[in-house]
Amino acid sequence: MYETSYHRPTSLSEAEALMGADVDAKFLAGGQTLLPTMKQRLAAPSALIDLRHLPELKGISVEGDTLVIGAATPHAAVQTSAEVKRTIPAIAKLAGLTGDPHVRHLGTIGGSVANNDPAADYPSAVLGLGATIHTNRRTIAAEDYFQGMFTTALEDGEIIVKIAFPIPLAANYEKFRHPASRYAMAGAFVAKTTGGVRVAVTGAAQGGVFRATAFEDALGADFRPEALDGLSVDADDMLSDIHGDSAYRANLVKVMVKRSVAGLL
Amino acid sequence: MTAVTLNVNGKRYSADVEDRTLLVQFIRETAGLTGTHVGCDTSQCGACVVLLDDVAVKSCTMLAAQANGGSVTTIEGLARGDQLHPVQAAFREHHGLQCGFCTPGMIMSAVDMIRRHPEGLDEATIRHELEGNICRCTGYHNIVKAIQSAADEMSALPAAAE
Amino acid sequence: MGIEGIGARVVRKEDRRFITGKGRYTDDIVLKDTTYAAFVRSPHAHARILSIDTTAAKAAPGVIDVLTGADLAGDRIGGLICGWMIHSKDGSPMKAGAHPAIAHEIVRHVGDQVAVVIAETKAQARDAAELVEIDYEVLTAVVDPAKAQDADAPQIHPEAAGNLIYDWHIGDAAATDAALAAAARTIKLDIVNNRLVPNPIEPRVAIGSYDEAEEHFTLYNTSQNPHVARLVLSAFVGIAPEHKLRVVAPDVGGGFGSKIFIYPEETVCLWASKKIGGRPVKWTSDRTEAFLTDCHGRDHVTRAEMAFDADNRITGFKVHTIANLGAYMSTFSSSVPTYLYATLLSGQYAIPAIYAEVEAVYTNTVPVDAYRGAGRPEATYLIERMMETAARELGVDPADLRRKNFVKSFPHQTPVIMCYDAGDYEATLDKALAAIDYAGLPARKAASLAKGKRRGLGFSCYIEACGIAPSQAVGSLGAGVGLWESAEVRVNPVGTIEVLTGSHSHGQGHETTFAQLVNDRLGIGVNNVQIVHGDTDKVQFGMGTYGSRSGAVGMSAIVKALDKVEAKAKKIAAHLMEASEADIVIEGGEVKVAGTDKTMAFAHVALAAYTGHNLPAGMEPGLKESAFYDPTNFTFPSGTYICEVEVDPDTGVVEIERFVAVDDFGNVINPMIVEGQVHGGLAQGIGQALLEGVTYDMESGQLLTGSFMDYTMPRADDLPSFEVSTTVTVCPGNPLGMKGCGEAGAIGSPPAVINAITDAIGVRDIAMPATPSKVWAALHGAA
Repeated sequence: MYETSYHRPTSLSEAEALMGADVDAKFLAGGQTLLPTMKQRLAAPSALIDLRHLPELKGISVEGDTLVIGAATPHAAVQTSAEVKRTIPAIAKLAGLTGDPHVRHLGTIGGSVANNDPAADYPSAVLGLGATIHTNRRTIAAEDYFQGMFTTALEDGEIIVKIAFPIPLAANYEKFRHPASRYAMAGAFVAKTTGGVRVAVTGAAQGGVFRATAFEDALGADFRPEALDGLSVDADDMLSDIHGDSAYRANLVKVMVKRSVAGLL
Repeated sequence: MTAVTLNVNGKRYSADVEDRTLLVQFIRETAGLTGTHVGCDTSQCGACVVLLDDVAVKSCTMLAAQANGGSVTTIEGLARGDQLHPVQAAFREHHGLQCGFCTPGMIMSAVDMIRRHPEGLDEATIRHELEGNICRCTGYHNIVKAIQSAADEMSALPAAAE
Repeated sequence: MGIEGIGARVVRKEDRRFITGKGRYTDDIVLKDTTYAAFVRSPHAHARILSIDTTAAKAAPGVIDVLTGADLAGDRIGGLICGWMIHSKDGSPMKAGAHPAIAHEIVRHVGDQVAVVIAETKAQARDAAELVEIDYEVLTAVVDPAKAQDADAPQIHPEAAGNLIYDWHIGDAAATDAALAAAARTIKLDIVNNRLVPNPIEPRVAIGSYDEAEEHFTLYNTSQNPHVARLVLSAFVGIAPEHKLRVVAPDVGGGFGSKIFIYPEETVCLWASKKIGGRPVKWTSDRTEAFLTDCHGRDHVTRAEMAFDADNRITGFKVHTIANLGAYMSTFSSSVPTYLYATLLSGQYAIPAIYAEVEAVYTNTVPVDAYRGAGRPEATYLIERMMETAARELGVDPADLRRKNFVKSFPHQTPVIMCYDAGDYEATLDKALAAIDYAGLPARKAASLAKGKRRGLGFSCYIEACGIAPSQAVGSLGAGVGLWESAEVRVNPVGTIEVLTGSHSHGQGHETTFAQLVNDRLGIGVNNVQIVHGDTDKVQFGMGTYGSRSGAVGMSAIVKALDKVEAKAKKIAAHLMEASEADIVIEGGEVKVAGTDKTMAFAHVALAAYTGHNLPAGMEPGLKESAFYDPTNFTFPSGTYICEVEVDPDTGVVEIERFVAVDDFGNVINPMIVEGQVHGGLAQGIGQALLEGVTYDMESGQLLTGSFMDYTMPRADDLPSFEVSTTVTVCPGNPLGMKGCGEAGAIGSPPAVINAITDAIGVRDIAMPATPSKVWAALHGAA
């Protein structure tokens, strides 16, 4: 790791001021992706601004028909939260499939969504539920937020404060893990909402998380796994590596969506 | 440099360290407790797992500064004098270790796992919960048996759990 | 069997320090004034070094020195060696290229060391290493062993034309060709044995320390054989004469073969310590470096053909293998694809004619050397894949085909050197068949199919050779060392005992099993026996631990030393109790006169030996004996493994439903430890079959599986609980009747897994590792 400086602000405004003072600084959430990257000397932020102690980023609450999760909430807290299990258990399930137990104690939902790793789990829930990202500056709809792998609508200095998930009628998440890294090779978040069926897929596509709209339409008409027979996602859009080529990933997407649907029947 | 104070196994350690100092470096080099190991650089092997404020973390994936003010339990802090923690005893009884290098992380992870599952543990859950720990010697067979045994014993004797 | 004697499940003595965090591994050692080394490593698979500019690095904070291959050459430090000479068919010696500890002029694999920075802290060394400016002329690289001899492949070492190190053979070509020509049926198979990374969880560490006053070096390292390291560093590298070099390998966190070898970093840390004026130089590998520098294993490309007569008896077996040895020849690399591989090609079967050719090639990859099993897994995989394929194509039951061809009388001389001394292959097969409920397989297959899954079962009847080996025999085959083992048994005046062994424990539990042997012989409690190993200053020369040899060879040496101790103790006791020496028996810590009530504590005899007040006339005082044991033959562990899998055709995921392992290890000292060895070996073998495999970029020679993010290490949820048991045929070749158990699991399991998968999905072959994507593609007819 290159030398850096560590800062632990205690308020959102202090964090903003620290970031404003150093163009090469980075926000540090749980650090479970950023620190390994820094250890490999693949990132060299001049300063790390720790967001885990900002009171504005904490807490899980249910506000009417919305589940609100503070950005600094670790995966383990989401996994075990009574509110999450009561309102959107699929998110608790997803959190419990993210990383490993130790990573889940430190890694946060905000860090995951801000990083937008194409193989991360949370983006599928955010997009699959049409969540709203609340930052220190504005609110961003999920559709506008994800802009390709490791790319989001966040501007320099913008901090995710909380994420508001509309509570669906039902939802499920099924993940096929990359054999080595245990990230998602294909993760399918399927939600039944009053506005129809939403299917968001992570891990598989070159462009990061995406909505499988053809699957959504078919499932909207017939919410059974068999409804997807004859449909497919375009293999040309999928990632390909030594653990699975694009055809395999395209297959996994369909299988995971089907299993996610089956879990809701 | 940054001033870091940690309570490790009930003892207070304060030092000025480079900001980039990892928690595991603080534990091994500043506190001199070499039971916590480093087996990879991609945060996967779990040889470095310690308890920070009672929950398991990978001490190689956390800055010492992030942990500043916290309370750390390492493998050295688990036994009470000559009395082994039930997880330590189970690892020995069931031959849950061979070379011993992953063992501190395995044991700390098992302590955390058992704490998080007061309802008890079955084999499938134990295997899934070990996702963040790699052992190259044992094939996990006896590690799973050891954790199962310790979990059973600790649930039978709740007072012995802590 | 006493409660702590041979055959008892004694919990391990060494565990207490490991489970309390008190183990002492090399990286835990920080000597006074330690400096830290960081290596600058080649980013290219093959390149010419045009220039190295160390100016900026030398000026960086905390930097003490920056050293290069030119400095090393200037100080006349020798290169590393391969210690086993193999001769090609034409009688010419193998063509070994130079292996400098820091590359000079040419780099030959990604990760090859080009310079070393010595600094006050590890971070400063790493920071400064990035400031070393190196100008390379990138050369074409070859990483595929099958292409290494192509006309357009780059020449890697000038000494080895066409990158061919040797072209070796064994067996009878004419007889084998005749058998194939006369066969009722022949079965052909092309097999790749995938390249693996050993990955002990403790990365390698070296601390070199030079004492200017004594002109003496000390190396602390993560070694399976510190004496061999000292010998090589002394006699070949030329660091210092042996009496001026101490090598200490304290607690070592797993080896699996990869810590046998003498590595460049050890040379560099020792040399640099002297160069900078005697401050210790410490290097700790990180996992990324481990992937790029620890010797890899396997990597064979093989074509084989087996001949059967009309009665389905094997009449001949012909094998051609290309073995990838990487960019440099590691310490024992030449022996692995030859004498540790082709000599086992008869398997458990009576095969009248065998002929094998092995071409060893250089490529621009990490050196390849012994990894758990070393040659024997490759042989077993080939034979047992062949037998399964043959059974399917001959239309016979795979268990029956094996049974028909088993060696059934012993000793059995194979056509490829080995003489099997003892075994009962039907016994292990029968026990395994009963355990798996073979008769119930069709019903289980139907049940799986009914839920949309595919079930399959695969056998592996392995044999291996352990306890390597008679020194005269291995010497005649090219080994540069003898493969005996040493022991010294020191009885202290109070009756406690130290056993000094030349073998080395890095997870195998020697401190317990060796103490059990002493307990069995003398009745001394295991807690009153200390096993001392791993320090060349404390222990007499010994050969170390690999090849499942510590029991069969190392303990046999202890037996010989104990024989001498016992003989002397009896003489003293007979004198003290005024009895005939022939009537003295030692049991339960007591020395007794048979048929009388005369007895004295063993400790009393020990004290008498050291006071010397009342010894038999002419006897030297003291009770300390040493022995060297040279085995008379290899030992031949064998067994049957059966794997049953269920495949999910939607995803290609293979679940191991059951894994039954029945092994014949001869006599067993501690069943608990033996079972643990089998479990670990099975995990590595199943890892090879399902998960692990090195991938290089064919063009650039970059390692694509260079971390745990890409190289799939077996995790707890990848594996089942194993069903292990043993049968016993006593090994006639050593005093304890032991065969060795350290490698069997890794040797026997890969073909069982692949045979099960190919049975489940109905394909002839699938390449290891059989990842979900490969299985899915095979099921769906894709490439």
